[in-house]
Amino acid sequence: MKKRQWQIIIGAALFTAALIVNPNIAWLQPALFALSYIIVGGSVVWKAIKNIAGGSVFNENFLMSIATIGAFLIGEYPEGVAVMLFYQIGELFQSYAVDQSRKSIAGLMDIRPDYANVLKNGELVRTDPNAVQIGDRIVIKAGEKIPLDGKVIDGSSMIDTSALTGESVPREVEVGSDLLSGCININGVITAEVTKAFGESTASRILDLVENASSKKSNSEQFITKFARYYTPVVVLLAVILAIVPPLVISGASFDDWIYRALSFLVVSCPCALVLSIPLSFFGGIGGASRRGILIKGSNYLEALAQTEIVVFDKTGTLTKGVFNVQEVHAEGISKEALLEYAAYAESYSNHPISLSLKRAYGKEIDSGRISEAEEISGHGVSAMVDGQKVLAGNSKLMENMHIPYDQSTLIGTVVHTAVNGHYIGYIIIADEVKADAAQAIRELKAAGIRQTIMLTGDNKNVGAKVAEELGLDQVYAQLLPGDKVEKLEELFFKKSAKGKLAFVGDGMNDAPVLARADIGIAMGGLGSDAAIEAADIVIMTDEPSKIVTAIKISKKTLKIAYQNSAFAITVKVAVLILVAVGIASMWAAIFADVGVTIIAVLNAFRALNVKNL
Amino acid sequence: MKNTFRLEGLACANCAAKMEKAINALDGVSSATVNFMTTKMVIEGEEEKMPAIIASAEKIIMKIEQDVVLKKA
Repeated sequence: MKKRQWQIIIGAALFTAALIVNPNIAWLQPALFALSYIIVGGSVVWKAIKNIAGGSVFNENFLMSIATIGAFLIGEYPEGVAVMLFYQIGELFQSYAVDQSRKSIAGLMDIRPDYANVLKNGELVRTDPNAVQIGDRIVIKAGEKIPLDGKVIDGSSMIDTSALTGESVPREVEVGSDLLSGCININGVITAEVTKAFGESTASRILDLVENASSKKSNSEQFITKFARYYTPVVVLLAVILAIVPPLVISGASFDDWIYRALSFLVVSCPCALVLSIPLSFFGGIGGASRRGILIKGSNYLEALAQTEIVVFDKTGTLTKGVFNVQEVHAEGISKEALLEYAAYAESYSNHPISLSLKRAYGKEIDSGRISEAEEISGHGVSAMVDGQKVLAGNSKLMENMHIPYDQSTLIGTVVHTAVNGHYIGYIIIADEVKADAAQAIRELKAAGIRQTIMLTGDNKNVGAKVAEELGLDQVYAQLLPGDKVEKLEELFFKKSAKGKLAFVGDGMNDAPVLARADIGIAMGGLGSDAAIEAADIVIMTDEPSKIVTAIKISKKTLKIAYQNSAFAITVKVAVLILVAVGIASMWAAIFADVGVTIIAVLNAFRALNVKNL
Repeated sequence: MKNTFRLEGLACANCAAKMEKAINALDGVSSATVNFMTTKMVIEGEEEKMPAIIASAEKIIMKIEQDVVLKKA
């Protein structure tokens, strides 16, 4: 690397000297040009020769060598040297840019742990994470990276998960909590038992996933590599025709002039800028997304995301929290608190999710001495003696069986009717809660150009309709069995245009077939869930549906950059080719079309990496 | 059977595309990717033909870019 820089500096100095020396000394100028050419371009010519010896002719070294040597032969010394000089500068810049980009991704994904403190016979031994085994005990001190997935067996601390989730609020861990590798221990010292080998741990899996993502190529990349495959031979062929035909056909045309134009063609014929800028953009987009807690498993998925027209959501665990909570307490004749107290006491012996949510809502310790004769009436509810009074709590069937008049209005969610000594005292509604950012996510999806947002749920119609209305979804299909969801999704495919894509968002737990069937399968809450990471094309590490909008924005930005680059590079190259062919543009323009375009395209591609404010 | 390599010194995106195309055309290869950004090459193919495939792949790589060093990852 250093050597190459010196070659360029010395070569450039000699080149400048050649341009300004006294032209009266006839041999001096050509000699200086030749010397600087050898210093700057010697290695390129040498590579070209080695390539030809190896049996491969058409590559950029060969094209550059022919173009520059040709320029020398027709007496265009400055151009000959300049092409080589700028070509080398461009190459240097390119490799610097690629290096930087590789490094910044590695930096973004700075989750690979270097060591683990393994506890052996009461002593800490610094060990390569690869050598740590399942069941080993490791100690993570404040400020250290968690090296392997494990479970806390001693100590408590705050954990920074931002490298995995993009979430800046730290998490609290205590004895029994799961630890994920790649997170950072902020304050306390914790001892953990390793539950997964290094290769299977979260950090390794995520790194692997992001690294391999750019192997799945986008259509734009496939297009540009295909284009490059034809572009170079065609331009070279045109150059040959240009050098031979016009001087023979047009009277008075000189070979020198047309050879100069042909050589300029060769300078423009390198496709590297084009081919490089697309994967560079996608690499940046995927890297940036992972920093925001969005794992994209292939450039093709990042590309498809921008063309999404329909987003289909699963309800429970995706748009809602999947946790049942008391939503409404409707008391008749007594206070709300008293109603809740009766219901919680009556249900206190049950471990049903409904009972648990009642106890949570009640919030106080249950004094078991106040309850007797608690009995579960299967499919209906419970009956118990609380403070010597007979309390019934359950669904409408229970009230009907016991001949207790009750509020019969249509209610959404699970309803717990309650009666004391045969008197109706009101009902409590228990339902799943929608996620805090769900409504905002749907709104922003619309703003981002998504035509339809649809929800699929196994729940009843009332619940489905209420959630859909609350969130502003376009459509809801309720009472679906897991198998029906794939069928429904297939029907929805007809609603999109030929090029449009359909994305399905689920929690990855039991909707793997639907995730696989959609054009883009997005799983939520991927952190710590292997199933979600396995099943989906895009994994959102946190539980936030709004990250889908972020992902779509990243996709659109990346694609825009990729299109800008290809359009810009192709336009400039074709324009310069035409201008050179008709004799308006010189070889200097050709140098710009090669090196200048590369530098601009690479700088533009770098923007894809910045996804902070999307 | 899947084999992963690092192509150290891989410097030209178009060359990576050329390598990928040529290696994919080899007998016994079911899929090959050369990832320019991560300098990783993954070859999937028939197990018994793998040694021959890797030898040919190495030749192809050397032909297209001599400075590349092939390393088993």
